[in-house]
Amino acid sequence: MSKEELKSNLEEIVISPEYEEGSEWTTVGFESRYWNSIALQLRHTEGLDLNYLFCLTCVDWKTHLTMVYHLTSTTHRHIVVLKSKLDRINPEIESVSGIWRTAEFHEREVYDLFGVKFLHHPDLRRLFMTEEWRGWPLRKDYEDPVNMIKL
Amino acid sequence: MFEEVGTTEEGDLIINVGPQHPSTHGVLHLIITLSGETIKKVEPHLGYIHRSIEKMCESLSYRQFIYVTSRMDYLSSHINNHGCALCVEKGLQIEIPPRAKVIRVLMDELTRLASHQLWWGAMAMDVGALTPFFHAFREREAINDIMEETCGARLTMNYIVPGGVMVDLHPHFQQRVKDFISLFKSKIDEYDELVTENVIFQSRMKGIGFLSKEDAISYGCTGPTARGSGLNCDIRKLYPYEVYSQLQFEEIIETAGDCFARYLVRLKEMRQSLFIVEQLIDNIPEGDFQAKTKAVLKLPKGEFYSRTETARGEFGVYIVSEGGATPYRIKFRSPGFSNLSALDHMTKGHKIGDLVAIMGTLDLVIPDIDR
Amino acid sequence: MTEEKNILPTQFPGEVHPTAGGGILLTKIDEVINWARSNSLWPLVFGTSCCAIEMMSTAAAKYDWSRFGFEVARATPRQADVIIIAGTIVNKIAPVLKRLYDQMADPKYVIAMGACATSGGPFFYNTYSVVKGADHVIPVDVYVAGCPPRPEALLHALIALQEKIRSGATREQIKMEKP
Repeated sequence: MSKEELKSNLEEIVISPEYEEGSEWTTVGFESRYWNSIALQLRHTEGLDLNYLFCLTCVDWKTHLTMVYHLTSTTHRHIVVLKSKLDRINPEIESVSGIWRTAEFHEREVYDLFGVKFLHHPDLRRLFMTEEWRGWPLRKDYEDPVNMIKL
Repeated sequence: MFEEVGTTEEGDLIINVGPQHPSTHGVLHLIITLSGETIKKVEPHLGYIHRSIEKMCESLSYRQFIYVTSRMDYLSSHINNHGCALCVEKGLQIEIPPRAKVIRVLMDELTRLASHQLWWGAMAMDVGALTPFFHAFREREAINDIMEETCGARLTMNYIVPGGVMVDLHPHFQQRVKDFISLFKSKIDEYDELVTENVIFQSRMKGIGFLSKEDAISYGCTGPTARGSGLNCDIRKLYPYEVYSQLQFEEIIETAGDCFARYLVRLKEMRQSLFIVEQLIDNIPEGDFQAKTKAVLKLPKGEFYSRTETARGEFGVYIVSEGGATPYRIKFRSPGFSNLSALDHMTKGHKIGDLVAIMGTLDLVIPDIDR
Repeated sequence: MTEEKNILPTQFPGEVHPTAGGGILLTKIDEVINWARSNSLWPLVFGTSCCAIEMMSTAAAKYDWSRFGFEVARATPRQADVIIIAGTIVNKIAPVLKRLYDQMADPKYVIAMGACATSGGPFFYNTYSVVKGADHVIPVDVYVAGCPPRPEALLHALIALQEKIRSGATREQIKMEKP
């Protein structure tokens, strides 16, 4: 599917999409409260069939957090990147582990390192750090004078 | 974690496997729920080798962070370096000379061969056959010697850099690789005779750990794990990089979806890697081995993603740059992370011995998962 | 022995223990026991990351370590004499390492293999989860440098440990000699 067809398909699904120019793949920004319905439509729409989630991550811009999802289709071979801005004080977004099972571990990792809460996740616990660890290590304002030796 | 071990109300037993265990291939802690000897649930606990690499890379320059990625999936260290170098070159938009491209692909395929050799030896050892371990390491030493002459190290060689490769090939490289090819062609038939056609091995592998194609897609499995279930996911064929589009090789797909299918995929991939090395070894073009780059690399503002095929699957490098000399955020998409999430699904209803066989065919390297 | 102690500064951090040739008297029985112990050290492999592969290479056919006596490399601490820490030690696995060390029977020795187990290695700066050296957790006898060290380097370390045991200079033997 070409980029224009992809964009027109996405316009129907994503409410008020914001496109980012300059990257090699179609990048769309969406609002986090509509994520559940958007994800279901992306997965099941004929012609889009985005069934393979190959990267789920989060980036800390100092005023807000951004969730980034990289999706592709194993039948049509097009790639779509979806982004959503989250509030820094209380970041929350709907979990997609029911749609793409790989998100279970990826979302636990984002919760562990950034503190984003995923609603309706089957088992949201820390993944890499111990249960008693306090703080979200990969945020830009994380200070750890005991363990970290700065160069 | 340790207080969960015990007995549940229904009489099921909860026990630990690892973190220090000979067959977990690293430090993987599994908590398994058993009813008799049948497994009901497997829960992996990670983080025993979490070295905070992503945070560390935010303070290293674009030339420095590559050495750290060698140590993530240390069995395909060249390919990890290659992925990072491709991402940085995408950002800088530089063209690398053809000699460097061919050298990179040669090193990649030799590394893939060495990784599969070690996988074969370690997996046979897990299932109970101790001899293949020594056979595998004997041939692996031949590849290590070739690497050591050119790159300077046996395991973590920081040879592929943004712009090309670090130094030119050693004058003996071609002759040594040709000797190795003629040596290994007979050995790989020996591998088949020793292990693949063994009745005990086949009865331990066939019908165990079934993963369907839809589940492989949903769990995000890549590499030989997914190709054993019928999914086309070889990045070298779908999104070719360097000279892969000009080479002749097959993507190995098996449809059975059980442990034996994944085993056969890797064994046949060894033959394909040997075939690729044969095609390239006499056709290395002359020229520069490195493009001219500035001393301090600065990527423009934006984000870049590169995909390469390691011995375990798709390795993705995602760099978010703000225009400075160090990256703002790096994310490494490791193949083992998603392959591991399918472990629980594959082991329902099997016995503990089958768990070991399934983990062997998933080919997990835990530092790659924990980063 | 008293003359040596007088030339040291008064505020010396640590203890001075003169080794063989400097005044220790080992009986013949001790010599025989040390020779027997040093020639049959069974390792406990604690491989966490990349150095584990070089350790497996040392156990394989080209750089065989069982010709020096390290024949039985099992994964259980109850039957092991020396623990080879190959790889990075992280906050989460430090209690596991301590537990394994406690489960080993005396006399036990420790080899820290690689830069990560020696001092944190490449992961020293800007990491929040790495223990900067295995000797923050358990006492170490021999350190091996390298990232990863060659199999010959590991063999050199094993032979150095054997010599250390024969001369009576490991921590165990020093502990047992003090009144």
